[in-house]
Amino acid sequence: MRIIQSEEISAAVAALCVRANRQLPPDVVRAMERAAQEEPWSLAKDTLKVLCDNRTAALEHCLPVCQDTGMACVFAQVGQDVHIEGDFSAAVDEGVRRGYEAGFLRKSVVADPLRRGNTGDNTPAALTVELVPGDRLRLTVVPKGFGSENMSALKMLKPSDGVQGVKDFVLSTVKAAGSNPCPPIVVGLGLGGTFDKAALLAKHALLRPLDLPNPDPYYAALERELLEEINALGIGPQGFGGRTTALAVKIETMPTHVAGLPAAVNISCHVTRRASIEL
Amino acid sequence: MEVKLTSPVDKKDLASLRAGDRVLLSGPVYTARDAAHKRLTELIAQGKTLPFSLPGSVIYYVGPTPEAPGQIIGSAGPTTSGRMDAYSPTLLDLGQPVMIGKGNRSREVVDAIVRNGAVYLAAMGGAGALMGACVKSVELLCWEDLGCEAVRRLEVEDMPLTVAIDSRGGNLYESGPAAYLESVR
Repeated sequence: MRIIQSEEISAAVAALCVRANRQLPPDVVRAMERAAQEEPWSLAKDTLKVLCDNRTAALEHCLPVCQDTGMACVFAQVGQDVHIEGDFSAAVDEGVRRGYEAGFLRKSVVADPLRRGNTGDNTPAALTVELVPGDRLRLTVVPKGFGSENMSALKMLKPSDGVQGVKDFVLSTVKAAGSNPCPPIVVGLGLGGTFDKAALLAKHALLRPLDLPNPDPYYAALERELLEEINALGIGPQGFGGRTTALAVKIETMPTHVAGLPAAVNISCHVTRRASIEL
Repeated sequence: MEVKLTSPVDKKDLASLRAGDRVLLSGPVYTARDAAHKRLTELIAQGKTLPFSLPGSVIYYVGPTPEAPGQIIGSAGPTTSGRMDAYSPTLLDLGQPVMIGKGNRSREVVDAIVRNGAVYLAAMGGAGALMGACVKSVELLCWEDLGCEAVRRLEVEDMPLTVAIDSRGGNLYESGPAAYLESVR
């Protein structure tokens, strides 16, 4: 049994919140730079270059890449041989509180979905805990902006809808999102499980590095096909037209019921942020 | 085409702008998002005075990040304009001429833009770190309880914008993708 103090967790989460908001993951940087190089439409190419400049400006001036510093989605893989001293979820929230204050990040969380009221410190985190073998604790902070989150959708498809039904749903969701989620976007697609699991799979798909395809060749091919079809829609960067509507499509799946084909599309923007640490 | 625009805005200066034109805006700009728009339209319904005068004003849909010591403003890119669609026609009909945000607008807003000779300008979504550089001063105007959604008066210089919807209803979110698709057909 390994003991991890809650203070250690708070400090780690705080640092991850700041890092994730100022510094994009290397795979996202590579995808944006490649898109800027390969985009054939000149207005779109210029737009992508400005977005690349924005990333370097953020790094240089210690500014958040985007002013929507998001709701802090925190994914914790807790080794089953770890004992956490203190209240784990309170420790994560304390980390978010500190990180958003110290990093001059925007506090964008309201206390109640209908009655609103800013909580003032960006808490609570949207925490997902997974119990895994071992004695390590892996924390990933994903600040999720709502320009793109608002454009996400879930549909309980019929098994007979099949792969074409899934494609139609993804394409209609991206089309309806249009210019709103700050394209170029990243599309997380969750297939299978139950209503709730499909949504979580879609969010998990956004954690995968953009240049890492699904390990199953069938789904890797589907990721490529969907990306190609999305980039034939013409929406383009900012919705002003062009090829680069999406940087990547990532699919996560799990077994499901004989009667079902749950499909969830979680859209992320070109500022797809994540930062991890293992304690 | 690149055009210099100064606020407070004279609607006469907006008539020649066309969707796709680039604009460099200088002068005062008021920040307001959903919560502030709700309060503005409530004040209008009650016949009360607004925190700033609508005619000639520029409204920017932004909730900036807090400024670090030595900075004027933090990251300050646009938020999705569609959430303001329910409120914008009321403001436009009272003479409010220029909105800045990102993303397409509803039919009702486009109609109100044309009816009033207004324009909708797009700022670069997700380029908040760059946008902050054209902000020369920030003053908290009202509704501090809204946090990042409070109304602020920004003084901007050469803020880079694109005409997304012009006063004749020309719409870059429709014409831009259509032109690209035509080019690859």
